[in-house]
Amino acid sequence: MREVVAQSNNPVMLYSIGKDSSVMLHLAMKAFYPSKLPFPILHVDTTWKFHEMIDFRDRIVRDLGLNLIVYTNQDGINDGITPFTHDSTVYTNIMKTVALKQALDKFKFDIAIGGARRDEEKSRAKERVFSFRNHQHHWDPKNQRPEIWSLYNARICKGESIRAFPLSNWTEVDIWQYIYRENIPIVPLYLAKPRAVVEKDGVQILVDDDRLPLHDYSAPVVKSVRFRTLGCYPLTSAFESNASSIEDIIKETIQTKKSERYGRLIDFDQSSSMEKKKIEGYF
Amino acid sequence: MNFSAEKELLRFITSGSVDDGKSTLIGRLLYESKLIFEDQLDLLEKDSKKFGTQEDNLDFALLVDGLSAEREQGITIDVAYRFFETKKRKFIVADTPGHEQYTRNTATGASSSDLAIILVNAQKGILTQTLRHSLIVSMLGIKHVILAINKMDLVSYDHDVYLEIVEHYNQIALEQFSFESIKYLPMSALNGENITLNSNLMPWYKESCLLDYLENIQLNNELASKPFRMFVQWVNRPNSEFRGFAGRISSGIVRVGDSIKILPSGVETKVSKILLYHQNLDVAYAGQSVTIQINDEADVSRGCVLSSIKNPCLISDQFQVQILWMSDSPMIPARDYLIHLGTQHALARIARPKFKIDINTGKKLAANSIKLNEIAVCNLSLDRKIVFEAYADNHQLGGFIIIDTQNNHTLGMGLINFPLRRSANIHWQKIDINKNARASIKEQKPVIIWFTGISGSGKSTIANLLEKRLFSMGKHTIVLDGDNVRHGLNRDLGFTVEDRVENIRRLAHVSEIMLQAGLIVITAFISPFEKERKMARNCVEQGEFIEVFVDTPISIAESRDVKGLYKKARAGELKNFTGIDSPYQRPNNPEIYLDMTSLDLNQAVDNIVSYLERNHYLTITDRKG
Repeated sequence: MREVVAQSNNPVMLYSIGKDSSVMLHLAMKAFYPSKLPFPILHVDTTWKFHEMIDFRDRIVRDLGLNLIVYTNQDGINDGITPFTHDSTVYTNIMKTVALKQALDKFKFDIAIGGARRDEEKSRAKERVFSFRNHQHHWDPKNQRPEIWSLYNARICKGESIRAFPLSNWTEVDIWQYIYRENIPIVPLYLAKPRAVVEKDGVQILVDDDRLPLHDYSAPVVKSVRFRTLGCYPLTSAFESNASSIEDIIKETIQTKKSERYGRLIDFDQSSSMEKKKIEGYF
Repeated sequence: MNFSAEKELLRFITSGSVDDGKSTLIGRLLYESKLIFEDQLDLLEKDSKKFGTQEDNLDFALLVDGLSAEREQGITIDVAYRFFETKKRKFIVADTPGHEQYTRNTATGASSSDLAIILVNAQKGILTQTLRHSLIVSMLGIKHVILAINKMDLVSYDHDVYLEIVEHYNQIALEQFSFESIKYLPMSALNGENITLNSNLMPWYKESCLLDYLENIQLNNELASKPFRMFVQWVNRPNSEFRGFAGRISSGIVRVGDSIKILPSGVETKVSKILLYHQNLDVAYAGQSVTIQINDEADVSRGCVLSSIKNPCLISDQFQVQILWMSDSPMIPARDYLIHLGTQHALARIARPKFKIDINTGKKLAANSIKLNEIAVCNLSLDRKIVFEAYADNHQLGGFIIIDTQNNHTLGMGLINFPLRRSANIHWQKIDINKNARASIKEQKPVIIWFTGISGSGKSTIANLLEKRLFSMGKHTIVLDGDNVRHGLNRDLGFTVEDRVENIRRLAHVSEIMLQAGLIVITAFISPFEKERKMARNCVEQGEFIEVFVDTPISIAESRDVKGLYKKARAGELKNFTGIDSPYQRPNNPEIYLDMTSLDLNQAVDNIVSYLERNHYLTITDRKG
């Protein structure tokens, strides 16, 4: 992150409010202390995030004195794009990928720091720490700069941009162990507690507001559940768990038989779907 | 259970040829260490049916071949990083492909690894690729190697096959490589023999299986015991009360109160505070990212190195280096490149290689340039002095990357072998009478008028007419013409890309010396490459270089063919002829553009003279200078 700040003109940190973003933000606070963060944080808001996430975001921004930019793709809202009316691929593309590109172009950010990890998904295993995007924000996995030792070449031509991933070499367990060790605040949805959930096709959705078309789902049931990743509430599956502390989560994460992205509905379409999204500019 | 247990991390690289079973080995390691999740296993079953090469069995290689293009082609495209963990250690695997691009990818993966697993196919034995991978891994300074003799199932787990390979490799390794330890391990990744458990099928092998070995090999952390060095990444200055220097400690230990040296300035000072977020540390170690405060107001910026006083780093601007080239366009001597070493940046020129190394045999070969995936030893000179150590002593202070000054791509990597002393002996002669003084007695502003254009475009003709015109105005000029210079100064040079670049480099410097004499220098060279024109421009100050693009369509130039050269080139008698089989890069922003389809020669000269008058080149210069 210090390399990003030293080598770029207008950096930004992408902040998704999730556990990885929380760790990344904490690392940034450490890296630049006692200075304030030398960049703004950007939240691409689809308007479908859990309200607990938004509350948490606003509290953290206040506590740490951050410069927060919230960006929503207004065209998508005007066109009535929602997770219910459109296929998850279309919805994600417009409200996340396109929105991110719009925000980066609008503020002319040249390096965006993101919380992606190489262990999340196969196509991410080939991602660089400093990953280049052409002027259309496209990723070319076959034409990446070699990254040798820990020397990062952040020089770009006009119109190009970089995504920097400081957590590239962290695993999901590393993230939880670090949250535990450093006592980093996280959205309470990661911890199990009794919550009312509805079900459809084996996916358990938390009823977060009255926009959810309840008639499509089973009747609400109160269960002890938690979330492994956080995204848009209608697209994020809860799972039954009694892990109500970080220690419990670490135990559960080490023992789990399901991968992290299992709870994300956006990855199910096809096995190279993440790669496709990345080439188009998702993150 | 210790929830924040910090297990030791081992980073290793796996390299092997296409059918050595490397992806299968990694997939097997992940599977056996129970790191494949159910949903990934479901996907693997689906993919195995679709792309698999193992009939009805799971194809573990598909677990690690991440990109759709490589699944379809059954090859690995780029370095991929895999993660797994056992009770004892965490592992990061740099998985590098063995086909083309092998050298570049192996070097990238090896640069961050502590250990290398080199795969050998038991059926095929030691191949040139095995030696190639070993050489690169050795060059990058990896000390520990596992020679994984895989596919033992295909040779009936025969002890003699194993022994033969061991003996063969051992002999070569002793001669050519500098490894501290080599572990020979017979295995079958496909069937899981000797991976996580000792195999029953190879009772003759009594040493540890692969995972045991990876979990237990001793890594001596040498960095902590070396002298203290830290690159300053960023100056932390939130207000006038606080100034600290942020960086990650490259080697050694630093304590509050230690005397340190700031390099390259050489100023000595004391550490007053070491900060790690809200904590004030008494001591910090290699690998930690900290912010250091010092006792006084010494000048420190990004690129400086904080160093121990007893054993300070060296400073130089000329080195012997080993370079590995990673780009499709070859390294050309005398061209300007940018290097990054730690947080230092400098412009660099790489001399003609002393030799390149045949990566298949280790032999030294003659070379004029360095091409993709080649390794060569060269002298490197920089435009400023940098702080460094030999790569063998400290990878972070001796390893650098080479960057293209125009498109910013990373072109290659280099390792410093040692500094050259000769730079200490060459000093710029300080002369009191300077170019402005010389020019002022001639009542002109010295300038280089650099003509560029294809052969037969009319450069020399216009240049000579221009000189006559300026001479008649009482101006002192000199014309350097491509053909004339090639008869004398540059008669050792031909027309290959390397020679063209060297040709222009010499001419740029001759022009610059004549500029110092206060002259109006008129040059007429094809100068087909943008980079070299830029290099010539960069030799002088702003406003001292006027690029004149004589734009004549090749059809017209060829129809004139004053020297009969186009005819020879078309007949194939002349190689590397600009416009025929060697490119001409049109200037983007020349100061003067002459469209020769609409101008005659005198009008062209008029255009140039009026440009010179408009910009006050032909009037008396400011005597203050």
